Amino acid sequence: MILLDKVGKRYPAGPGNDGHEALKSITLAIDSGEFAVVTGRSGAGKSTLLKLVAGIELPTSGTVRVNGQDLAGSRRALPFMRRKIGLIFQDHKLLYDRSVFDNVQLPLDITGFPPKEAARRVRAALDKVGLLSRERELPVTLSGGEQQRLCIARAIVHRPSLLLADEPTANLDMDYAQDIVDILRSFHQVGVTVVVSTHDLVSLRMARPRVIALSRGMLASEHPE
Amino acid sequence: MKAWINQHRRAIGVTAAQAWRSPFSHLFQVLVIGVAILLPLLLHLAVQNLQRLGGNLPADARIALYLAGDATGKDADQIAARLKAHPTVAGHRFVSREEAIKDLRRIHEIADLVDALPKNPLPDAFIVRARSSAPDDLEALRREAAKWPKVALAQLDAAWAARLDAGLDLARALAAGLAALLAGALLAIAFNTIGLQVVNRREEIEVCRLIGATHGFIRRPFLYAGLLQGAVGGAIACGLAALCVEWVNRQLPGLAALYETNIVLLPLAWQDVISVTCFAGLLGWLGAWLAVSRHLWRGGPA
Ligand SMILES: Nc1ncnc2c1ncn2[C@@H]1O[C@H](COP(=O)(O)OP(=O)(O)O)[C@@H](O)[C@H]1O
Ligand SMILES: [Mg+2]
Repeated sequence: MILLDKVGKRYPAGPGNDGHEALKSITLAIDSGEFAVVTGRSGAGKSTLLKLVAGIELPTSGTVRVNGQDLAGSRRALPFMRRKIGLIFQDHKLLYDRSVFDNVQLPLDITGFPPKEAARRVRAALDKVGLLSRERELPVTLSGGEQQRLCIARAIVHRPSLLLADEPTANLDMDYAQDIVDILRSFHQVGVTVVVSTHDLVSLRMARPRVIALSRGMLASEHPE
Repeated sequence: MKAWINQHRRAIGVTAAQAWRSPFSHLFQVLVIGVAILLPLLLHLAVQNLQRLGGNLPADARIALYLAGDATGKDADQIAARLKAHPTVAGHRFVSREEAIKDLRRIHEIADLVDALPKNPLPDAFIVRARSSAPDDLEALRREAAKWPKVALAQLDAAWAARLDAGLDLARALAAGLAALLAGALLAIAFNTIGLQVVNRREEIEVCRLIGATHGFIRRPFLYAGLLQGAVGGAIACGLAALCVEWVNRQLPGLAALYETNIVLLPLAWQDVISVTCFAGLLGWLGAWLAVSRHLWRGGPA
């Protein structure tokens, strides 16, 4: 499902930095239906790896293929590729001037879903993450863990076959973190390919994932635990 | 197809919600656009009405034919017959030299002077009224009549018609120039106001792009906003123009009585209303397209 072939990513030099090689010659494959965890210290390149898979960043060398399609190939095809992916961002990227319900509906709006059917799906997604009773509220009234769950609801409402979650358990208490992991596992169990990044593996051990360890932009070790 | 309709329905909903959230700033923008369009529109109306009224004024375009000094009554009869048969002549009146000098004597200041003349220096004349007041037609008729036997001089009594026509040409050019300037201004207004909306909603735009929105999807609500803003502005301008015409028409009866005519200004034709509204809408749409595109192109690959 995901193929990285000698992928390197160098961020261009900005005013404050002199360019940084975030990933160096990464070759790896993630099969359909896998539950993979990308680990590594802060700055190891976890977010960069997920962004390359989602086509948010382009590799400076090598190729990234998702479902056999080269993401660097066509700018026009990119939005339609993204619709097959559920994205959970490290910084949430919720719309804070829209209700919980509207936030989750956004991916369906983008694909032009019929409104009635969309409302049904939004409620189903909110139900799955336990936020159905909060649909009219604004995201600011939600706790950190609830906001993270809202992100998951938005990521899965259009039933993607691939779920990418960037540090979904960061800054959460153990219990909340466990909630999130359980939800992600439930999607894995129904056949969704799940790729999660984290800087601590503890809360994810239960899921028995495949672990992809990154260290300073290189593959450190790769082993199923 | 279904998805396409849903997307448009949503975009319209978003646009309406935006307008609803800050009605006064939207109203104000639309008014500014309306007033801007009003100026060339009024000029256009003025040209149109002047042109029409110019044809209706009691003083029709006239040509004076002065006969040669040795022209006889028979020559005059011949000319009268030619005039009667001529297709572009609406009517004519014969002014004999005796009548002409009598008229002249009626002007008190020069009555003594006229009496002192040894003999009547005035020629017989025809005052010819043309069917058309267009300067070209008048000139053609004058030139033709000047060649007739015993016609010494054919003089256009319609310099004012030519002047009016030239004035109208100028006003028309002015209106066209103003309209072109205004089109540019309208584009700039839409580019700025919609550009501001884009900046205000850049987070939403970024999130939408990240989760698979096409450029078209992102542009759509802004395009509708630009279209609506322009079209409503255009409609407001037409409404204001109609009010202006109505107001002038109320002032007119006094003036019209003075000139013993019934002058009424015609309002904008409905075709004009439609084309002004559509054109303003189109410009708003175009300005919005440019504003969103600039933002998207700057945004990089994501
Ligand atoms: N947009 C960017 N511009 C420049 N450098 C970046 C950018 N994003 C990340 N980096 C750098 O790339 C390295 C990897 O970052 P990241 O992938 O975010 O790591 P992680 O998610 O594992 O903490 C870091 O050193 C970071 O400073
Ligand atoms: Mg990160």
